[in-house]
Amino acid sequence: MLSNNFWRGATYGLLLVIIIWQALAWLLKISIIPPPLSVLINLIDIFPAKMGIHLLYSLGRIIAGISIAIMIGVPTGLLMGYFDRVDKVLSPLVYFTYPIPKIALLPIIMLLFGLGEASKLIMIVLIIIFQIIITSRDAVKAIPHDMFRSLQSLGAGKRHMFTEIIIPATLADVLTATRLALGTAVSILFFTETFGTEFGMGYFIMDAWMRVNYLDMYGGIVVLSLMGFILFTIVDIAEKRVSAWR
Amino acid sequence: MIEVKDLTVKYYRENEEITALSQVSINIGTGDIYTFIGPSGCGKSTFLYVLSGILKDYAGSIRINSRPVDPRAQRIGLILQNYGLLPWKNVYANTMLGVKIKNDQQVLDEYGHYLLKQLGIAELLNRYPRELSGGQQQRVAIARAFMLKPELLLMDEPFSALDAITREELQELFLNIWKEHNVTTVFITHSVDEALYLGSKIVVFSPAPGRILEVLDNPCFQFDNLRSREEYYDMSMRLRKILDKG
Repeated sequence: MLSNNFWRGATYGLLLVIIIWQALAWLLKISIIPPPLSVLINLIDIFPAKMGIHLLYSLGRIIAGISIAIMIGVPTGLLMGYFDRVDKVLSPLVYFTYPIPKIALLPIIMLLFGLGEASKLIMIVLIIIFQIIITSRDAVKAIPHDMFRSLQSLGAGKRHMFTEIIIPATLADVLTATRLALGTAVSILFFTETFGTEFGMGYFIMDAWMRVNYLDMYGGIVVLSLMGFILFTIVDIAEKRVSAWR
Repeated sequence: MIEVKDLTVKYYRENEEITALSQVSINIGTGDIYTFIGPSGCGKSTFLYVLSGILKDYAGSIRINSRPVDPRAQRIGLILQNYGLLPWKNVYANTMLGVKIKNDQQVLDEYGHYLLKQLGIAELLNRYPRELSGGQQQRVAIARAFMLKPELLLMDEPFSALDAITREELQELFLNIWKEHNVTTVFITHSVDEALYLGSKIVVFSPAPGRILEVLDNPCFQFDNLRSREEYYDMSMRLRKILDKG
C-alpha cells in the first residue's frame, strides 16, 4: 500500500487547490467562478440522481479502452522485444503511424464505425496503444542477456522464457506506461464524449456549460479529477506491489 | 562421461573472424571434478556455454553420456559468476526454478529442504536477491543446481566475485555437498589455488585462441589442510610455470 506521506501530500495538494479557488472566487465575484463550498453542496445534491450514471459511462469507457490497449499492445511489444524478426517488421510500422495525429482520423473512424461506443473506444485505443507497445518492447530489450542463460541451460522453451523472465521483468514498466496512458485516455475521453452520446462526464460538463449552469459544470470537473486521481492511485499501488523486488 | 573431440568455436565481431576455442579434445569421466584454468579471454567460458547448450554454433563433436548436447534431454546445473538468479523471484522461487521447469515440481521436497539447510539459507526463503549478500546469492544458485540432481554441473568462476573469507567458506561447503553426490563437474576458474583445491584433474588452457596445454592429475585433491602442505606448493609452482609459458 501507499505510504502515509503520499496521503499527507495529497491532502496538502487538495487544500492548496481549494484555497486558491476560494481566493479567486472572493476576488473576482463572477458567476463563472463559484466558491468551492457551493459547488460541493450542489455536487452532493445532484450526484446520486443526475451525475452518477455519467461517471459510470466514462469509467466504463476508460477501463475498456485501457484494457483493450493493454491486451493488444503488451503482447505486441513483448513479441517485438524478444523476436528480432518481429521487431524488424513492426517497428517501422509503429514509428510511421505513431506521429500521425489520431484525432485527424476521427471523421474516418466515425464514418466507418458510427457515432456510438465503438468509435470512442477505437479513438482511445489508437492514441494510447503506441506508448504501451514501445514501452513493453524496450522493457524486454533492457533485460540483460545473462538472465536467459540459466533458463537456456535448463532447456526451457519459449513459454517459460515468457512466464519466468519476460513478463515479470517488464510488468513494472508496463504499469508505468499504463499510468501515462491513463492521463492521455481521460483527456481523449472528454473530447470523444462531447459528440454522439448523452452519457459520460464529457457530455455532462459540456451540457452544463451550454445551460450556463456553472455549479453543475464545476461539479463535473471535480468528479472527473477525482476519477483520475483514484485510477492513478490504483495503478500506483499495483506498481508498488509488482516491483517489490526492485 | 563427457567426450569432447576437436571442438572449435569461431565468432564474428565487426566482420572479423575470431577463434575462441581451437581443437579442444578431452574426456571427462563420470563423477569427476575437472577444474579448467587459463588466462582471461582464453575461451574457458565459451567452452562452458557450448557444454550447457547455450552456444550452438561450433565445429567438432561433444557427447554427454554418449548423447549430443541437448539441454532439454539432459539435466545440466549451471552456476555463473553473477549467480544467475532472477531478481523478481524470492529465494524460494529461485531455488525452485530448475525443478519447476525440468520436473514440473511446484513445492519444495524433502531433499530440497535438506539442501537449503545444509547451505544455511533455509531461513531466507522470502528474501529477494537484492536483499542477500553475494555469498548468500551463490548459495541459492548452488541449491538450485543440486536440487536438479544434475548429470553434469557447470560452474563458471562461481566464487571469484566473493571476498576471500566467504570464498574459502563456500569452496569448502561446495566440496562437501559435491562429495555426497559426485556429480560430473566442469569448474572454470582463473585462480591456481581454487583449481588445486577443487579439481581432481586440472586442465590448463592457453591464451586466446584457447587450446588445452596440459591435463594434470591433482595429487592434492581431497587433502585436509591442503594449503599448508608441500604437495600444494609444488603443484602450484608447476601450474604457474605452465601458465606462464602459455
